[in-house]
Amino acid sequence: MPSTYEPIATASGTDATISFTSIPSTYTDLRLVIVTTKNPNIYINDDFGTAYSNTWLEGSGSTAISARSTSDSSWRPYNYVTQTGSNRTMMTFNIFSYAGSTYKTALMEFSNDANGSGYVTRAVSLWRSTSAINKLTVTNIYTATLYGIKNA
Amino acid sequence: MWWVQLLNSIVALLGNGAGGGGAYESIATATGTGSSGTITFSSIPSTYTSLQIRGRILLSTAGSITFTWNGLTSNYIQHYLAGSGTAASASGSTARSSLDINILAAGEATNPYVSILDFHDYANTTKTKVVRQFLGYDKNAAGGEVALMSGMNTSTAAITSITLSTNQNFTTNTVFSLYGIKGA
Repeated sequence: MPSTYEPIATASGTDATISFTSIPSTYTDLRLVIVTTKNPNIYINDDFGTAYSNTWLEGSGSTAISARSTSDSSWRPYNYVTQTGSNRTMMTFNIFSYAGSTYKTALMEFSNDANGSGYVTRAVSLWRSTSAINKLTVTNIYTATLYGIKNA
Repeated sequence: MWWVQLLNSIVALLGNGAGGGGAYESIATATGTGSSGTITFSSIPSTYTSLQIRGRILLSTAGSITFTWNGLTSNYIQHYLAGSGTAASASGSTARSSLDINILAAGEATNPYVSILDFHDYANTTKTKVVRQFLGYDKNAAGGEVALMSGMNTSTAAITSITLSTNQNFTTNTVFSLYGIKGA
């Protein structure tokens, strides 16, 4: 069978802001994998307005909470602890039907353990646009890799 | 031509090696028709270690979304950890006739419900089958939910079909994709 889970591009830096541009529309879903020390913000198609929203489910190590942002300016985590030294935080986004003509929804995972503090977060994020996603801008990354997932 | 075969071989090697794509294969895709509330993946091959279904779901009008396998209509059990945007909650239930995709809120027509279902060791014939789900939808100020769900059925039969259902209709913007994940 043909390959269905393919790397599209990788970027790296130190607390860098990067963009994946000219994302092909040939996949069904996108998966974005980020290594960071802070709180990445994700912007789509250079939309820096308020078309974003996030619903979070978060555990701090002692308490579970849920929170929501409405008319937000990005997809993002909720609480976070800045990592120091060689510690890193991992974040992933599964972006569904990114090339379609409905609003875009993503499932986010944020794994932020700082040895004594930190957060584990799962979220659903919405971009209220019917445009196909062809550009993703991500802040505060050490590495970011974009994958495409094809279906039959 | 020999050079076409060589080029295809190089492309195949790059595809499998770079992305791990050779272990993650697309089995089938189903889209909604707008006039039916049922989608079934049948004759699922037993040649993989795990299955994954990725769904983007839009309904004709607000309603529930559920799934079953092998046509079973009893002995499902589920537990979930969910966030409504204002509170975290956990619950569970037994003796169910199906498992939920929407937990706290109803699916609807404008804001997509999304779900990732993972079935591990689905072809085993001596163990009960467990599925985990990561799901959610967000409709800005109007609400949303994000949840993690664990579900099972007491049957030990290999999973050969999976049915996704709604009490409304799946619109043509609904897409379910079934993937197989190979073991070493």
